[in-house]
Amino acid sequence: MSDFIDLLGLPFMQRAMLAAIFTGLAAPAIGTYLVQRRLALMGDGIGHVAVTGVAIGLLTGTSPTWTAVLVAIAGAITIEVIRERGHANGDVALALLFYGGLAGGVLITGLANESGATLQTYLFGSITTISITDVIVTMVLAAVVVLVGLGLAPQLFAVAQDQEFAKVAGLNIRFYNLLVAVLAAVSVTVAMRTVGLLLVSALMVVPVATAQQLSRSFRTTLAAAMVLGTVASLGGLLLSAYASFHARVAPGPTIVLLALACFVVSWPVGVWLRSRRRLRQPFPVVGATAHHTADEHPHEHGEDCGHVAVPHGDHVDYVHDGHRHAAHGRHYDEH
Amino acid sequence: MSEPDTEPPVVELDDGAVAIAGRPVLRHIDLTVRQGEFLALMGANGSGKSTLVRALTGLWPLATGSLRLFGTPFDRFHDWQRIGFVPQRGGATSGVPASVWEVVASGRLTRRRPLRPLRRADRAAIDDALEVVGLAHRARDGVSSLSGGQQQRVLIARALAGEPELFFLDEPTAGVDLPNQQVLADTLETLSGRGATIVLVAHELGPMASLIDRAVVMRDGLIAYDGPPLASEQVATAHLHLHEHGHHHAVPDSHDHAPHVSSLIEGGTP
Repeated sequence: MSDFIDLLGLPFMQRAMLAAIFTGLAAPAIGTYLVQRRLALMGDGIGHVAVTGVAIGLLTGTSPTWTAVLVAIAGAITIEVIRERGHANGDVALALLFYGGLAGGVLITGLANESGATLQTYLFGSITTISITDVIVTMVLAAVVVLVGLGLAPQLFAVAQDQEFAKVAGLNIRFYNLLVAVLAAVSVTVAMRTVGLLLVSALMVVPVATAQQLSRSFRTTLAAAMVLGTVASLGGLLLSAYASFHARVAPGPTIVLLALACFVVSWPVGVWLRSRRRLRQPFPVVGATAHHTADEHPHEHGEDCGHVAVPHGDHVDYVHDGHRHAAHGRHYDEH
Repeated sequence: MSEPDTEPPVVELDDGAVAIAGRPVLRHIDLTVRQGEFLALMGANGSGKSTLVRALTGLWPLATGSLRLFGTPFDRFHDWQRIGFVPQRGGATSGVPASVWEVVASGRLTRRRPLRPLRRADRAAIDDALEVVGLAHRARDGVSSLSGGQQQRVLIARALAGEPELFFLDEPTAGVDLPNQQVLADTLETLSGRGATIVLVAHELGPMASLIDRAVVMRDGLIAYDGPPLASEQVATAHLHLHEHGHHHAVPDSHDHAPHVSSLIEGGTP
């Protein structure tokens, strides 16, 4: 255990922890808007395009982080334009960029005489080798994503919720659509060093999917997703560091699997909550119908009697075995 | 305030036409809506009534013609807070849960500047909008847990939150049960009573029939009738009635000119 504490004190580990926290906050902040637009896979599309960006950086000898940012933004804008013009379905546009980006990246990496191992650090992340400059870039970009994502939340929410209404409300929907695309591209490159380009989308989407199991409002979904993203990325990093004394455990996949584990835990709870909410929805009040008295009824209904109590106008119906029983004097009525 | 007579019309479309993918859909539309009117835009499916509302709100560009809103030419119109739009249903839910309050609050964006918190007036308008449609008690619930009719009321409250003077409602009663239609009708009566101008696209008027001041019937992209409200069985034959205002393109009333037009659309050799 003391070895683990010592490990946390090492500079590379502290850099990795900072990167993990900022990535964990930023990726779900923009991922929530992508899920809201039903473009959950957009992060994946941009991630694949960014592979080409990384390869161009390797080929030209410039920083792969910056070439990845630029190419990812270009790719995200292309996806958005194709989608807006309606030339192809959103998912077809994504697919085209998926394959083009990945194939181009692998081809150019070969041209640059770089090994697959170099590319792999970008595909699957290498958070523990992150340099001090990269940490600063990650923190700045992540902070921009979070500030814009939260600051313009009312506008981004309205545009993602209903484009036509937002347009008639006078919002510049093209600006906000492109803004989401650019922010998504930026957070993909931010998360590139943490979980890798191929797993980026998991950190943008899985915490949102987990959060919405339990939430009813957009604001709680957004906030909970950011908390869950941070828990997953920091927790996954620490878990892999702790396990590294016994086996080779890569942080990127650990982070993604931890995020998925959170979903697996929350999903049954969400199913239970939703079915409970449906069962307890008030029965509609309609005009008086014939008066039916329940047959012999030895059980006495009441609070915590074990049966689902559903509001029905000015009284409560108790639901069991396909019947709705409402107290009426000393007997129960069938409602 | 000046005299009502000198106020410019709320909506003024002169010889408007809309083409979708190059095909003329709406032609020769002259429509003037005055302040405080309650107008029903009626007609069969595909007659162009929804397209007309989308043209009036700027969602479809006009191929020809000029549109003025509140006396301002459309390209220079920026007073979006004066317009409340209720699109055809399908917009109340999205990929992420949203509460009723949040959806209604997004209607307030016409009056809010970016990066500013909600002011007290904003909150009051949102609460009032929820109150008018009778959903104040469901404000914290998820929109997806509401019935179709209730979701439609949420969309009306969203338009209401911006406190507009002119409402465009696109088929708010489609697929909505009778009790919810009654609530919608009561809501529109309240709005109309507050002085709002209402343009309502409807296939069936149902409980709203008694509120209408004026009916415009669309048929194959043309205005076939513009005049006092019609009973629903009259709508189908409205193009046979005489034009109230005698448009310049008016043709003999019993003459059905649809075939001539369709040959133009198909691109037949002139």
